[in-house]
Amino acid sequence: MTLMPVPSPKINPKTSIVQASWAAAKGYSGAYLRLLPAIAIVGGLFGGGLVLAFCQSIGLMGITSDGSLSLSAYQQALGDRVFWQSLNLSLYLAITATAFSTVLSIALALLLQRAGRWASFACQLTLPIPHLVGIAGILLLLSPSGLLSRLLLSAGLIASDQDFPLLVNDRANLGVLIHFVWKEVPFMTLILLAVLRGIRPEFGMQARALGANPWQCFWQVTLPLLRPGIISASLIVFGFVFGSFEVPFLLGSTAPKTLPILVYQAFTDTDLAQRSVAIALGLMLSFISMVLIALYLWIGSGKAFRRPMAQPASSSVLGEVQ
Amino acid sequence: MRNLVRDLVRKSLKDPVAQKMLLLLIVSVLFLPFLPLLIWSFAQGWYFPQLIPQWTLQNWSTLFTTSTRVGQGFVQSLVIAVCSTGLALLVGMPAGRALGMMDFPGKGAIKLFLLLPIIVSPLATLMGIQFMLIRLGLSGTLLGVVLVHLLPTIPYITLVLSSVYANFDADYEIQARSLGASAWQVFRHITLPLIAPGVVVGALFAFLISWNEFLLTFFVGSGRVFTLPMVLFTALQGGNTGLTAAIAITSILPALVFLFFSSRALDDNAAIGGLGNV
Repeated sequence: MTLMPVPSPKINPKTSIVQASWAAAKGYSGAYLRLLPAIAIVGGLFGGGLVLAFCQSIGLMGITSDGSLSLSAYQQALGDRVFWQSLNLSLYLAITATAFSTVLSIALALLLQRAGRWASFACQLTLPIPHLVGIAGILLLLSPSGLLSRLLLSAGLIASDQDFPLLVNDRANLGVLIHFVWKEVPFMTLILLAVLRGIRPEFGMQARALGANPWQCFWQVTLPLLRPGIISASLIVFGFVFGSFEVPFLLGSTAPKTLPILVYQAFTDTDLAQRSVAIALGLMLSFISMVLIALYLWIGSGKAFRRPMAQPASSSVLGEVQ
Repeated sequence: MRNLVRDLVRKSLKDPVAQKMLLLLIVSVLFLPFLPLLIWSFAQGWYFPQLIPQWTLQNWSTLFTTSTRVGQGFVQSLVIAVCSTGLALLVGMPAGRALGMMDFPGKGAIKLFLLLPIIVSPLATLMGIQFMLIRLGLSGTLLGVVLVHLLPTIPYITLVLSSVYANFDADYEIQARSLGASAWQVFRHITLPLIAPGVVVGALFAFLISWNEFLLTFFVGSGRVFTLPMVLFTALQGGNTGLTAAIAITSILPALVFLFFSSRALDDNAAIGGLGNV
């Protein structure tokens, strides 16, 4: 819907189609103009950055490049076994952390829906905490000489710090998973709670009146209505965890490392020739996450790429909110 | 046996007292990592088996010396976060209006495109941007960092505002215009008050993302721009735990202030729901 007056169709049938599409284009121009700054900045920075990165990765430009095409950066990156181990680890961490956070957030959102405002607010308080602060807190809480270990020792549950399970910088990356669940559950819950409050309670009541038990009501009514929210929230979290650097760098295992850490190390290497390897690795990281996201959207809603256009207000669920 | 457990769980979930206890437990788990930070920031040589440290204010007084670069980091972080939030609002508000209220060909593709920076790893892009910024002489400058911080902030603001605009009735504006209000008056007195919750939530997210950002600043700042997260990152790799804890707590403060003032807007389901509609 636009505020622009669209001229009424002329009688001449030959020109009517042309005129109608011209009028439509004029009507759309308001929307495109409003989007132009955002598209220009995001396109220039993100798209331009990707193109420049690609040119550097194949040797067409760069600090050490002689300007000739070369795929050696990719050969070096893909030929290394470390790359595949890192990819494995990054995928494992992103999928596990997203799955745990999603399930816990759905449960917490359902719980908070009936609770008072204080509870929602208390759960939001961890939302604005920087990841680095969370990392510091978790290190001081869960390390072998951390607060939890001290508490268990003074309670007589463990004999020394040797008995405390290794939870940070451990081979299984438990510390990384704990951090992401701790940090992302409040974020996802906030989103899911908003979507949940937008769902009409009448649907649930009707299902109950028709004989569904609460469990059926959850599976058949609430969950399908919540699905768009779950998909979006988990998508944001997955993308973030997959590309996150600080958390696995400071809380994760020393070997293997995640892909973003490999990029960081190649980028900060004193050998400047490693720059193109860093860029090649980064591009593959972006490419893999794009493919995974497309796959996820496709699986998640079947026709994920057609739906946003078909919805007039682009928010059928949110349309119910007020 | 399974039924018994299920019944027990269901009964306890229905019990309001049990619900409150469960929520209290969750909230305290969420708060647990802050406890050692708080203690450490006032502790002096808190060696392993000790439960209670020797209290001191030394970490906090060290914080204010220039050698820690906390003051410099704080100011730079604040300037960058405020500038990028303002710019992102300026760009994201009209974009949100177009996506929320209007229909046009390619809308789905444009929306997905604008969201790419927050769901695709920015590492490769960053190294390309870095190349561009060096040519422009913006590498290692505050302006360069502000520009790069627009990448994650614009998508959030656009998303939140498109959802708010989807529930916005343009008839109010038409009415004001027909009563003789200028375009600016309509925006100032009709549109802005109606979308205010969305603007606050979007600005909150943008501010926090910029304030917490480490990697983008690290790559583009070239070591010359030194924000608070970079101070904290450096401290975390050093040995002074007490000082690190004090820096960590300092970097929470502005976010908490901001959250406190916008807690009412965070209850706006339409604004937050925008993030649930990627």
